[in-house]
Amino acid sequence: MKKHNNIWLTVDTVLKVVILLAFIFPFLWMISTSLQTLEETMKFPPTILPEVPQWLNFVDAMTSGPFATYARNSLIVTISVIIIQLLVMIPAAYAFAKYEFFGKNVLFALVLIAFMIPGQLTFIPIYLMMADWGLIKTLLPQILPFMSNAFGIFLLRQYFMQIPEEIIEAARLDNANEFKIMWKIMVPMSKPALATVALFSFVSHWNDYFWPLVMTDSNEVRPLTLGISMLRETEGISNWHIIMAGNVVLVVPILIVYLFCSKQIVRAFVYSGIK
Amino acid sequence: MSRGKLWEKLRPYVMIGPAMIGIGLFVIYPLFYLIYLSLFKFNLMNRNMSKFVGLDNYIQILGRQDFYKSLTNTVVYTAGVVILTLALSLLIAVWLSKRTRVNAIVQAGIFTPHIISIVSVSLIWLWMMEPSLGFLNYILKGLGLPTSQWLQSSKSAMMSIIIVSVWQAIGYYTLILVAALQGVSPTIYEAAALDNASKVKVFRKITLPLISPQLFFILIIMTIGSFKVFDTVKIMTGGGPNNATNTLVYYIYSYRTTNIGYAAAAGVVLMIIIGILTIIYFRLMAKKVHYQ
Repeated sequence: MKKHNNIWLTVDTVLKVVILLAFIFPFLWMISTSLQTLEETMKFPPTILPEVPQWLNFVDAMTSGPFATYARNSLIVTISVIIIQLLVMIPAAYAFAKYEFFGKNVLFALVLIAFMIPGQLTFIPIYLMMADWGLIKTLLPQILPFMSNAFGIFLLRQYFMQIPEEIIEAARLDNANEFKIMWKIMVPMSKPALATVALFSFVSHWNDYFWPLVMTDSNEVRPLTLGISMLRETEGISNWHIIMAGNVVLVVPILIVYLFCSKQIVRAFVYSGIK
Repeated sequence: MSRGKLWEKLRPYVMIGPAMIGIGLFVIYPLFYLIYLSLFKFNLMNRNMSKFVGLDNYIQILGRQDFYKSLTNTVVYTAGVVILTLALSLLIAVWLSKRTRVNAIVQAGIFTPHIISIVSVSLIWLWMMEPSLGFLNYILKGLGLPTSQWLQSSKSAMMSIIIVSVWQAIGYYTLILVAALQGVSPTIYEAAALDNASKVKVFRKITLPLISPQLFFILIIMTIGSFKVFDTVKIMTGGGPNNATNTLVYYIYSYRTTNIGYAAAAGVVLMIIIGILTIIYFRLMAKKVHYQ
């Protein structure tokens, strides 16, 4: 009986390693390819490990286009989106959680509807609006449409609602105004929710491909994702070692963030699902 | 009314103001604008030349083979992704639901692709699926199996895109299902054990009904998400070969500058589909799903 159990345990562990590899190996393969020579990538059977790591591939990839500009754009867009979203959603969530006012339910329903409507439906009208406002040559088309984060408002409202009324009443008796209550009491008590929303926004906007693709028509305003995806055109379709080197540059920042706060990121994504 | 009182009345609206302006301007208004555009033969270069054409764009859509092709492709893609992802993530979630260190590591590992940009994921798989040099065909050959043309043949391209999407999504849905499974109270299982119920029976009669809210939720999110598929198609196949992977959003995208009115009409069709899906699923949820 004992022996039987041991066999199952071994099979179980081996299968888990296989599954893990199926999800991790492609990334290792990307890193290996990014360090190979063109000749090594052209061999079949494939080269598993490069003989001499070709660090210059990264230089080649990064000098094939205005990558400093792409990276700067990605950073500016991602950080601005997070800051604006937090500033917009904190007061909104507070009002939805703690005040009664005419039309509250309808307005909150509107937030929930906004949540279900994807950018794939709205991109044509929004592009025309941005063009009318003369903003296509700026980064604003990648920032402004995301100022209201419906998921964030929803999640933060849940958090605010759980903060007991007594705490707020006590603060009011101390003559704290509503603004002070919001920033000095509610916000510090909701740090986990705020971190969740910020991390989720960081990952989704750093990674975003569709929106910048349809909102930009010049390299000055394109982010890193578009720059990397264009490597196939600028570097040639079969220069996989250069394409993968560019890819590593795109993936590494996210992987580093994931390594340090995988728990929070996982929670952010699961929350975003539970809505 | 005193100024203080008035302010107290207005305050909530001021606080939600920016958020509501954002939603109104960038979500609600564009939807109406989209419907409006779909009624025009729109001229991007010279707007004054735009012409109101009523339902012409819709009539044109309904008569065009390539539109039906993209619609069918999207349905095939959605069915493939939803069925495979749901089955595999449920299987893996049940397998990894015990709280152990190894399981936590495997979960974190299979979740990794979900936080990586679709650009990277697509490029990596494009390389792995390269027919003559790629790693996948190398493995297949090593195992003595026939190789595939993957993305380069109209027969296997859709399947290849589905594989990539499933691969990227499984980790996320596994996590949600693991959380759901761990949320089932152990006393329920203990009671079943006392009744000597078999494992399969316990799963079918107890576990499945109890996690049905999460299963339905996953169905909604996955189906709607799959109908919007675009990024993988754009990067990996460009809708080809021979339109084999041309999906609805890619179709809209490809007309977005040349024929805006027509693209908008296709967008309205997508809007209707997403709307119907949302309503159906919420109805189903209200009716069938077991709430504890």
